[in-house]
Amino acid sequence: MSNTIHDMGGMHGFGPVEEEPNEPVFHTSWESRVYAMNRAMGPLRLWTIDEGRAAQEALHPAVYAGASYYQRWLLGLEARALQHGLVTKEELAEGKALVANDRPNRIFKPEDAANLTRGSFDRDPQGEAIFKPGDQVQTLNINPAGHTRLPRYARDKPGEVEAVRGCHVFPDSVANGKGDDPQWLYTVVFDGQVLWGPDAEPGTKISIEAFEPYLEAL
Amino acid sequence: MTIEDDRGQDHSHGRSHEHGEMSELSDTQLRVRSLETVLAEKGYVDSAALDVIVEAYETRIGPQNGQRVIARAWADPDFRAALLDDASAAVNTMGNVSDVGSHLIAVENTPEQHNMIVCTLCSCYPWEVLGLPPTWYKSVPYRSRAVLEPRAVLSKFGVTLPEETEIRVWDSTAETRYIVLPIRPEGTDGWSEEQLASLVIRNSMIGTGLAQRPGEAKGDS
Repeated sequence: MSNTIHDMGGMHGFGPVEEEPNEPVFHTSWESRVYAMNRAMGPLRLWTIDEGRAAQEALHPAVYAGASYYQRWLLGLEARALQHGLVTKEELAEGKALVANDRPNRIFKPEDAANLTRGSFDRDPQGEAIFKPGDQVQTLNINPAGHTRLPRYARDKPGEVEAVRGCHVFPDSVANGKGDDPQWLYTVVFDGQVLWGPDAEPGTKISIEAFEPYLEAL
Repeated sequence: MTIEDDRGQDHSHGRSHEHGEMSELSDTQLRVRSLETVLAEKGYVDSAALDVIVEAYETRIGPQNGQRVIARAWADPDFRAALLDDASAAVNTMGNVSDVGSHLIAVENTPEQHNMIVCTLCSCYPWEVLGLPPTWYKSVPYRSRAVLEPRAVLSKFGVTLPEETEIRVWDSTAETRYIVLPIRPEGTDGWSEEQLASLVIRNSMIGTGLAQRPGEAKGDS
């Protein structure tokens, strides 16, 4: 979903940024298990990273805001495991496998953890890039019901293309089960005043990574 | 949904959390254990592999990688140029840093422009060079404020920059990942890469901090 609480750039009322001295990598062992399960499930290619994000965005806003970071990861993983039929609600309630299943084609093994580098999101382009650095563009005013990576604060705003970042998997398509649909990706920079008007701090610029379908020429 | 009941668990530190873990299992702990057990029994996860992933992020994949990258960039102008041109490729030429995947981008601080990284939509962060992000980076206050009032956020981190220095916030809304190349502190001429790395605090690579000056006490972040 797009217009929900995860899209929080520019919102007020959440209090100050608080740094925790000597913060450990994980605060509890369950946090580390949730993280590791998410990492180990990724290479099984049962879903994409954008589907994972969409699962968290589908949480009720009160749940999203009330949950800690790794609780959201847990809820998102549970939701996907249920949706994809990997587990049943009864199994999660009982804490044991109750239904026979076909084994997945692959599993993340201990030796696989030697290489935890990210995969590439580059894909063969479907056409030439429309924009180049220096071009003036306007972001679209879109409010899709499905997943998007164009934040609300940067919609319907004029900006400048600063860089072309390659042709990548398009989250708005892949998260909604419609395939990679590769799109050119740009860094688009906005003046603070364009985004926030007279309430902007002086001398600030904000950029987003914008897929070509988010943009039109100015 | 009893997720709220466990919030304290996340913010408990030190002895109190160890005590909490030993004395009772929270609802969240039970859910996590249940999910892992079922996924393992059905062949979707190997618990031994989970142990290795956790160990990797608790030991070898952390900000020490980024510190070495920044120190090399300060010490070697050719590497600095390569890093700014294609950070993924440049980092992968280093023997003492674990490999990184695609789409890493380094942005350089100058007296004219200070860079700061955020992910307003989730928590995108350059794991491979900085490890897992601190809680504040993933928190709602940072995600909501960084794009609206970066100077105010910086001041909360003890960083006040002149008005002439433009603040540039990079919102990581795609699979590109950013690392900040901080300004090399004065008084470090002739320093080895190892000495330089000791000045590179994690926050200086996110842009919510500056590299430390020689003699400045090393903070935890």
